[in-house]
Amino acid sequence: MLYFIEQCLNGVQLGMLLFLLAAGLTLIFGIMDLVNLAHGSLYMLGAYFAATFAGLTDSFVLGAILALIATLVVGMAVEVIAMRRLYGRDHLDHVLGTFGLILFFNEMVRLIWGPAGMTLSLPMEMLQAVEVIPGVFYPLYRLVIIGATLLVALFLYILVMRTRIGMLIRAGASNREMVGALGINIKLLYTLVFGLGAALAGFAGLMQAPILTVQIGMGENILILAFVVIIIGGIGSIRGAFVAAVLVGLIDTIGRAFLPDLLRLFFSTNAASNAGPAISSMLIYLLMALVLVFRPEGLFPAARK
Amino acid sequence: MTAQINVRSVFIAALLTVLALLPVYAALTGNYFLMTLFTRILILAIAATSLNLILGYGGMVSFGHAVYLGIGGYAVGILAKEGITSGFVQWPVALVVSALAALVLGALSLRTRGVYFIMITLAFAQMFYYIAIGLDRYGGDDGLTIYKRSQFGDLINISNKTQFYYLCFALLLGTIYLVWRIVNSRFGMVIQGARSNDRRMHAIGFPTFRYKLICFVIAGTLCGLAGALLANHTDFISPALMHWTRSGDLIVMVVLGGMASLFGPMIGAVALLVLEETLPILIGAVAAPFVGENATQAAEYWQIVLGPLFLMVVLFARGGINGLLAGARRG
Repeated sequence: MLYFIEQCLNGVQLGMLLFLLAAGLTLIFGIMDLVNLAHGSLYMLGAYFAATFAGLTDSFVLGAILALIATLVVGMAVEVIAMRRLYGRDHLDHVLGTFGLILFFNEMVRLIWGPAGMTLSLPMEMLQAVEVIPGVFYPLYRLVIIGATLLVALFLYILVMRTRIGMLIRAGASNREMVGALGINIKLLYTLVFGLGAALAGFAGLMQAPILTVQIGMGENILILAFVVIIIGGIGSIRGAFVAAVLVGLIDTIGRAFLPDLLRLFFSTNAASNAGPAISSMLIYLLMALVLVFRPEGLFPAARK
Repeated sequence: MTAQINVRSVFIAALLTVLALLPVYAALTGNYFLMTLFTRILILAIAATSLNLILGYGGMVSFGHAVYLGIGGYAVGILAKEGITSGFVQWPVALVVSALAALVLGALSLRTRGVYFIMITLAFAQMFYYIAIGLDRYGGDDGLTIYKRSQFGDLINISNKTQFYYLCFALLLGTIYLVWRIVNSRFGMVIQGARSNDRRMHAIGFPTFRYKLICFVIAGTLCGLAGALLANHTDFISPALMHWTRSGDLIVMVVLGGMASLFGPMIGAVALLVLEETLPILIGAVAAPFVGENATQAAEYWQIVLGPLFLMVVLFARGGINGLLAGARRG
């Protein structure tokens, strides 16, 4: 039981990470109609920046803040140099163009930071475990990730639904020309939105950096998971992304933890331990297939104009 | 496809001639590396041609096409490991399993369109990738060596490099011919009509979903054939066969060569793989005057050039090489 609660928390933590990535993706797709495969590269850059800046400043928090700013800047630069030219084109063009960007970023990182991975160590006080409920100890840092992401989600909600800039973003999503005609600098707005998406990815990367090794290509597998989240949640919907992210995080983590044992009840030990890993990695894709069969637009389809 | 003489047809004829005569060159010079490289190119050209059927003609942007390379490859590899080496069993199994997988994946994915379709094909391909990693008996993450290539009795010996090369070449031509026949048939017209306006095709009475699904299955089966060939070519299978970057490479080949053109994917496959081989050399040569001895190191980072090159193709050469040769500009 205690183990189960721990795994649930791990699932929620993975879900939070996925939410950060999926929110940026879905924001960029919902507003600019752009499929950005290079989103995972920004996640990777966030982690590399954090590891580097934390090393330079000897402070995790300072490093994280600098890394966040750096990914924001890189994101806006990428928008101005490349992405801007892709708006309004075919989705295939987006896929191909951003696929090219992935290769570019991976090699760039290899050039700058070298092929070996990096590690980012946490401050001492983050390393301890806290007793979340009597008898269950959980690493403080993972709780911090969950808390910080919830704050970010709240911030996003307020930003998009309650502020003037959020209003402009929503308006730009439904009618680009009209917003432009009313005297709003839509180009700048798009750059800002892309920067925001990049910063969210960077934030996910830098929060995850102390837990995983910072390495080339770290953003790609998680990006595909984020795609699954978006498909389940419904493209363009931040609320859907949040629900689906937690769902996917929980199912993936709990499936990996318990499915092999569960299979052992029905099949021979040998067959179960062989099939267990394969089947548990399939679970979220099966969920995606199920959602598609019953709700092809996702669980929370964004309102169509 | 009118048979007029223009730069493009001359180029394609020249390329086909080079491909046909390559083993002769290899035999004369003893340069078998080139032939191995081009066998690989031919196999990937088959995969790219099959992708072009759904992507170029059908407008279905599948980002998971490499999954059929993997399924075809694993069918051969698993049967070989279990002691069944006859190609008369292995290859039909590879084709049937690929077709079945395409049927299931297509039936699910084709419920969606646009960007959903891109993401979902990618996600399903990733699922198969993880399944392959989970197959401990067949090498898991490390892959599986195939000790004996598919046996075809006295018919053909595919362990012989030249014979295998010509088999791949013939199969590529066969695939292109098949795609040509499909595209110009009534069936192909419906598929292309659905690409332009699915709703209208539906309105005039075509069950477009079924047409698209059948097209998807044909493409998957042909790619499964390429997978069976690739497994025999490398004598090795691993999950990397269906890594998502492989699917990306296939899309690049199609677009680079020219979407919805018969020989485009073949040109694209040749262009991309030759580029991958020559770009490091080229960069080394260009960098040499500036960085001196570090030039070989600089050449390692050739993907820094390749990545933005894709972006350039997207931005400035939508018709791909085929389009450039035809002198046509597409918006």
